[in-house]
Amino acid sequence: MEAVRDLALERAGEHHARRISTITLRIGSLAGVEPDALRFAFDVVMAGTLGEGAALVIESIQAQAFCAVCHQTFPAHDGVCECPDCGAISRELVQGRELQLASLDLDCGDDPQLP
Amino acid sequence: MRCLASDRALYRCEPFTVRRLGSPPPMCLDCNCGAPTHTHAHPTAKEQPSAHTHLELGQDLLSRNDTQAAANRSRFGAAGVPVINLLSSPGSGKTALLERMARDWGASHRIAAVVGDLATDNDARRLRNAGLRAIQITTGQACHLEAGMVQKALATLESDGIDLAALDLLVIENVGNLVCPSAYDLGESMRVVMLSVTEGEDKPLKYPATFHAADVVVISKIDLSAAVGFERSQALRHIAQVAPRARVVEVSAQSGAGMDELLAALGLQIPSPL
Repeated sequence: MEAVRDLALERAGEHHARRISTITLRIGSLAGVEPDALRFAFDVVMAGTLGEGAALVIESIQAQAFCAVCHQTFPAHDGVCECPDCGAISRELVQGRELQLASLDLDCGDDPQLP
Repeated sequence: MRCLASDRALYRCEPFTVRRLGSPPPMCLDCNCGAPTHTHAHPTAKEQPSAHTHLELGQDLLSRNDTQAAANRSRFGAAGVPVINLLSSPGSGKTALLERMARDWGASHRIAAVVGDLATDNDARRLRNAGLRAIQITTGQACHLEAGMVQKALATLESDGIDLAALDLLVIENVGNLVCPSAYDLGESMRVVMLSVTEGEDKPLKYPATFHAADVVVISKIDLSAAVGFERSQALRHIAQVAPRARVVEVSAQSGAGMDELLAALGLQIPSPL
């Protein structure tokens, strides 16, 4: 989560942002990261920075494997790489290990004036 | 300034706005222009400048760790030393396996270990007593090793007079944890994930992310198989399902069973009798 903060603050600084409104992460089901743990840490890690109060959006990527027998991809639920059609074990993971800062939404204007 | 609710009819893509103005809505919030970076300003009631910036990044979160891991990997490559990242739950027998490696292979192979724990240097002391050159990394709060910690440990190895190029094997014993260490590349040439027969046959299914990245899966404490009713075929099936690329080796650090197979799985030469 510190990596999220550091990358987000770096980019926000480059764009002279006043605050970060949304941080979107892309996390594969086999990335080895628990989205709930990230959510838990998010507020604590962002406190006192431009990211304080930002919304955290997590795009979950379902692991997919390719079956060389059936020539098709299938969802590897719970990381199980067994083709649901033919039962062959796939050795080729197509997606599911992503651990990325997908996007940032920044507010770059002046401080809002209250009416 | 942020879009306020009252601004939305004017600046968001809402059907009545499109019809009334007869032109596409200004791009904002839901725009799909596809540009990697775009900024657009919103005039407000007071005409003060304000802007939202949406940045499409797709940046790997662990890129800093990956850069350090790549540096470690090229250093290991230059020294020609195979490096294992050894992962398991606490108590699976990582340190006992290393002690057995020292006992069985110590005469024919020069082995060093880097050991990660949250606290204490007990493991490094155990390994030194077994005859291994061992460096302890105490991580404090961190439940996993990172490439930068290994980088520092390598400096300690060197200052202790241990030449990487003179080693036949470097083992990095990770912090006992089957969750977080899996995301961190340390620069290893081989990732070894271990489970003991006492942990249950379905352990791989509970921690698929860690097992998925394994090159070798070691089943340890096989001398206890009968005592705990270990269902070997079921365990092998579960490992195959979530660690499809891994070679499986069954060992007992207690009896030494399976150590030759492990040596071969790690790509090391079995010593020829003198």
